[in-house]
Amino acid sequence: MGAPKKAGKRKQDPIIPNKSNKEEERVENVEELEDDDDLDENSDLGSEDFLATDQLDEDDDSTDDEVEGNNDVVDSDTENDPIVFGSDNDDEELEFESDSEEYEKDDDSVNEEEEDEEDSEAESDGSVNSKDKFSSESGNEQSEEEVRQPKTNNKSLVKSNKESNGSNKPARNVNKKVVKLSDHSEKNLDYGVKQNKSSIVNSGRNTSDPAVEKLTSNVDEYEQDSSDEEDIRNTIGNIPLQWYNEYPHIGYDWDGKKILKPEKGDQLDNFLKRMEDPDFWRTVKDPMTGQDVVLSEADIELITRIQKQKIPDAQFDEYTPWVEWFTSEVMKTPLRKFPEHKRSFLPSKSEAKKVSKLVHALKMGWIKSTVEMEKEKQKNKENKDFYMLWQSDDQAEEMRRIHKHIPAPKRHLPGHAESYNPPPEYLFDKKEMKEWNKLKSTPWKRKLHFIPQKFNSLREVPAYSRYIKERFQRCLDLYLCPRALKMRLTIDPASLVPQLPSPQDLQPFPTTMSMVFKGHTDMIRSFTAEAKGQYIASGGDDMTLKIWEIATGRCVKTVPCGGIIRSVAWCPNQAISLIAVAADQKVLLINPGVGDHLITSKTDQLLEIIPQSDVIVNERVRTAVQWEQAEGENWRNGIRVILNHFKVVKQVTWHARGDYLATVMPDGQNRSVLINQLSKRRSQLPFSKSKGLVQCVLFHPIRPFLFVATQRNVRIYDLVKQEMVKKLLSNSMWISTMAIHPGGDNILVGTYDRKMLWFDLDLSTKPYQTLRLHGTAVRGVAFHKRYPLFASGADDKGLIVSHGMVYNDLLQNPLIVPLKRLCNHETYNDFGILDVMFHPIQPWLFSAGADATIRLYT
Amino acid sequence: MVVIGKKKYQSGEGAQFLSRRSALKKLQLSLKDFRKLCILKGIYPREPRNRKRAQHGDTSIKTLYHKKDIQFLMHEPIIWKFREFKIFNRKVGRAKAMKEFGALRRYLNNHPQLKLDHIVKERYPTFIDALRDLDDCLTLCFLFSTFPSIAHVPREHSLLCRRLTVEFLHAVIAAKALRKVFVSIKGFYYQAEIKGQTITWIVPHHFSFEPQSKNEVDFKVMSTFVEFYVVMLGFVNFKLYHDLNMFYPPKFNSPGSTDTKLVDEEVYVSERIAALNSPLSSVNNATPAPEEELDTDQFPTEADPSQLELSRIEVEKVKKLKTLFKGLKFFVNREVPREPLVFVLRCFGGEVSWDKMLFVGSTFDESNESITHQIVDRPSMTKQYISRYYIQPQWVFDSVNARQLLPVENYLMGSVLPPHLSPFTDMLRDQTYIPPEQRALLDPEFKVKTAKDDSEESEAEEEGDDQPEIEQAETILEGESAEATENDISEEEPEITVTKTNDSESEQERLKKKKGMVVQQGQLTRENPWEKNRIEKQEYRLREKMIKKKHRNLYKSMMQGKEDRAKEIWLLRKKRRIHDSTEKEKRKQMRKEGKIKNTA
Repeated sequence: MGAPKKAGKRKQDPIIPNKSNKEEERVENVEELEDDDDLDENSDLGSEDFLATDQLDEDDDSTDDEVEGNNDVVDSDTENDPIVFGSDNDDEELEFESDSEEYEKDDDSVNEEEEDEEDSEAESDGSVNSKDKFSSESGNEQSEEEVRQPKTNNKSLVKSNKESNGSNKPARNVNKKVVKLSDHSEKNLDYGVKQNKSSIVNSGRNTSDPAVEKLTSNVDEYEQDSSDEEDIRNTIGNIPLQWYNEYPHIGYDWDGKKILKPEKGDQLDNFLKRMEDPDFWRTVKDPMTGQDVVLSEADIELITRIQKQKIPDAQFDEYTPWVEWFTSEVMKTPLRKFPEHKRSFLPSKSEAKKVSKLVHALKMGWIKSTVEMEKEKQKNKENKDFYMLWQSDDQAEEMRRIHKHIPAPKRHLPGHAESYNPPPEYLFDKKEMKEWNKLKSTPWKRKLHFIPQKFNSLREVPAYSRYIKERFQRCLDLYLCPRALKMRLTIDPASLVPQLPSPQDLQPFPTTMSMVFKGHTDMIRSFTAEAKGQYIASGGDDMTLKIWEIATGRCVKTVPCGGIIRSVAWCPNQAISLIAVAADQKVLLINPGVGDHLITSKTDQLLEIIPQSDVIVNERVRTAVQWEQAEGENWRNGIRVILNHFKVVKQVTWHARGDYLATVMPDGQNRSVLINQLSKRRSQLPFSKSKGLVQCVLFHPIRPFLFVATQRNVRIYDLVKQEMVKKLLSNSMWISTMAIHPGGDNILVGTYDRKMLWFDLDLSTKPYQTLRLHGTAVRGVAFHKRYPLFASGADDKGLIVSHGMVYNDLLQNPLIVPLKRLCNHETYNDFGILDVMFHPIQPWLFSAGADATIRLYT
Repeated sequence: MVVIGKKKYQSGEGAQFLSRRSALKKLQLSLKDFRKLCILKGIYPREPRNRKRAQHGDTSIKTLYHKKDIQFLMHEPIIWKFREFKIFNRKVGRAKAMKEFGALRRYLNNHPQLKLDHIVKERYPTFIDALRDLDDCLTLCFLFSTFPSIAHVPREHSLLCRRLTVEFLHAVIAAKALRKVFVSIKGFYYQAEIKGQTITWIVPHHFSFEPQSKNEVDFKVMSTFVEFYVVMLGFVNFKLYHDLNMFYPPKFNSPGSTDTKLVDEEVYVSERIAALNSPLSSVNNATPAPEEELDTDQFPTEADPSQLELSRIEVEKVKKLKTLFKGLKFFVNREVPREPLVFVLRCFGGEVSWDKMLFVGSTFDESNESITHQIVDRPSMTKQYISRYYIQPQWVFDSVNARQLLPVENYLMGSVLPPHLSPFTDMLRDQTYIPPEQRALLDPEFKVKTAKDDSEESEAEEEGDDQPEIEQAETILEGESAEATENDISEEEPEITVTKTNDSESEQERLKKKKGMVVQQGQLTRENPWEKNRIEKQEYRLREKMIKKKHRNLYKSMMQGKEDRAKEIWLLRKKRRIHDSTEKEKRKQMRKEGKIKNTA
């Protein structure tokens, strides 16, 4: 391999712009033809150098060479060395280590390698201006420089500091001969030599005798690098060459100058070349340098061999006779000299062990033969077959079972809607479809879990897309859904409605509206009936008190009161005719002047006299109320006494005897309830402490009890003992009104939260019954004095008459039967009925509404 | 005084329940195994009476198992099998990782197997119990029999399902146990009555399998269910066959047993149906004796004689139903789904065949003159035999549900089918909507408006008479009154009109009299029934308000439900009315156009 390469390179040489002489090149060419010997080469180099020095005076060239040359070379080196030093007087520090002995030893084996090296050497030879790749220690360099300065032009370059060399070079002469040092690290390793280096120093002085000196030096292996692989003429390094495709040059030489691409020549040139050049067919182009290389005979042979798929080495004999070392034939005489060992005739113990193990496993059934396995498989299949599990249909065998098993409910059976051809009414119309789509995010709210579809024939029915999902859902339900036994009610809802006596059997009670009292201009807040049942009096937001005759329905009298009338109460004492009217902060005692003339006049006489008493009125009371005799206009209007209160009076109520009068001022705090005695014209404050916002008060009809309803509770006070007897818990938010049964043991409490509470005082402090008859706040409740009736009116305009029978027998609970709902009033500002009252004697019912009418039901 | 040693939740409801987590801990199983165990053993969570107490004061909703259920699970031998599985999996995994293929094969060859026989017996103490629970089992097995081999559903599973379901169908055919059929959009619903238990199952339409996304359907869970159901169905089949005096692994005379071979799906299906067409061999080779006459002697066990009478009628009807198609020969055209039809027809004694060239197992040819019905599902046919009816498949199902052979006119080839009604609607419940078609079936007097009637009707109409419409309205009203509880209002309406007319008449008379005579005659005050009704209603409403607080919500919800149902019925009726009227309009239009054409 080495030879052709060398040849190629040498061919290129002339074209490369060099400072080297052409003569020199020629010499080289000649050499190349001569032979491959190292020695010769070296000598060539020497001659080269010599020629160069001829031209450029006093120039020292140093060419490196390897130690791995032939023995002769080394010999020659050693021979020459003293000459060099002698002649040159160089002070170069060059280490010599002639490893001749070693080389001698390994000579043969190394041959090929040597050849490689020779190539590189040749290259170095060829390139005249190539740098000295003399790698040595730094000390070496220094010494070099020292050497240069004093005297000569001998120079050796160290590869490791090329830069310094570079800088030196321009300063120096151009005509220095560079000695290439080619080193082979591999080789060095092979030889076991650490560093081996040879350098050839040519001394140009000796012209007649071109002395070729080879200097071998030991250098660090790392300094050698792989420099031998590099093409010394082109410094671009190991890069893809196509990078230079676009440039006119292909790289740079050691001096940093561009190496221009060789001219390609046109087609004609090529053709001529082809025609003329007998070696054209074996010329190839070296990509690195762009030069043409003519392949040698050996190369061509190699290539042809490879092309023919022969072994490249022509020397290799493929057809050497086959030596059969191990044959199937039993030879008569043993190969070995000694007889078979005894052991080989005995059965192997370890194998026997293994076999016995297998046999045992087979016996025990741990491993099975294939036949057995087949059998077993067959058997397994048969085992899967079923047998009679239940001996009888309904006789359960005794065994452990699930505790209190709850069987899963069966799935619902499909209705008409699921049919593939349902009746047309089951198909969704647009509205239903829209609703279906609307519930897409909450599919469980849908009425059906599928869209009914109609197919004209069975053939067209596709598979149901959610079928597997539904089955899976069922599976989940079966094993994940908690189960419990639930009683399903199969009762008729009507059976929940309590069985009450029919209203027909509970007559008489008011059923029809028979009269409407019109005359008020604003809503009527309160009204009251005369004890005999001949007149009623009413008052409201129009600030007048109107007296009506029941029989005719006429307004007999109108008394302006000068304030919103919140409560009116006719004195129950039949001996006097007097109405208590709560108009704003005043309570007016009005003699209506209707009915028996004697009584009215007597009342007037009675009230003209102001009873004198020397009791000093308490300051607390005096500031709360002042009695005042009416005069002038008021007297003419029928107003007899005026009680001026310090707060708005919400309610007035008479004691059954008609002497005491209780007034309620919800804002009065601890003075909100006031009891006034008419005969003595005196007032008392029964409570010293406020227990809450007082809504209304009531006197017990028989006993000296006072019922005080605060917002949530009703308190019963004994007026004689001056203590609280009971506290009734209403369990509601806000009490509006209350009424007491004439027997005195039952109270009816109306609340704003739509309830009516019936308290049985003998029973408990909690309501005996809570009636939710109304849909809105209850405003008025009333008991009938004689009949077992009670009524309630609410904001929803509804007036409900109920039967409320209280038995004398203590063991029997009151019977409450709602009888009738009367709904004739109109709403006004969300108010319906504001007050309810029974006729004192007849089973008639009055209701006062926000629509400024009073209605009579009979 | 503090009772020493007594702590909260150590007795009573607090001690009866275990959360799933604690159950897992107690059983020392993974969740996966626990689930499987629960499915196989039929253990389910239970709803405690008081959740807070059962959860030791925690109010969040947990899955609670009864303590005894978990203890019951603890004694289950298949738990050990699960552990064996675990070890087996590890061994196999290791062998695979180490590439010890010999060992791997050995492991795989004797993998542990679950045996579930004892669980079937444990879960279903008697055969009747098993039958009662057969619904889900059959439905799932029928579904799995259509599955291809997918992950978690091995091929053997679906093959076994196929085999068992076909066996079951044979048992139903042999026992003549089928009672009702319903073709829904989801599939075919069948209801059979075996030993007094009604068993309902669904067979999906063709091509029901489609791949499901993993978070929607977990085939693993389903296949665990099937694993158990297969065993259960096998035992039930065995018992059924035994009771019917037949060999159990039935020998179908199909060419080759297809159980093990992976045959073409289509071939398999056709063979499966073919199998349905052939009678099975019974143990005593003689022909099955005709069913002994039911002893109709009645013992007065039930107090109600009418009930007894009803049940007797029912029995007779069923007896008739069993031989509904006896003596009829059916030929199923190829476009008709054969499996359901063959099954149904064979169940009721019919003879079935199909095109010999298409599928195996046909018994007679299309050209056979003795065929009475040919079932077709196409609008027309070129070659028709005059000796048979060409009917659509719905006729078969409707006839079965009606328990009589319906007239074929409505079901002939190419005609528009009457609606297919569900046989499962509960007649006994009040407040159900009964479509007119169903009512026509129930009482023969009721006439459903069909196209034919309509044509007559319309002729009458053309004379300028609206009579038919009114008639129809009346019939609807009658129907309503026939229903036990209906909207009160709708009932009232006719009465109101009557009274009003009466009133007006009397008024006129009175006026006449007034003119004629001076002395007024005393008049009878007649109670206005409407008014009376109103008053009653009002009274009822007041009484309603007196319902105890305890019952108020219940009552409200019940009434709400009632109202909703009434509304639904009203809506359906309205839709039907609208539909009918539009249909009529259309037909009228059509006829008019036809007339015009004729004249032209």
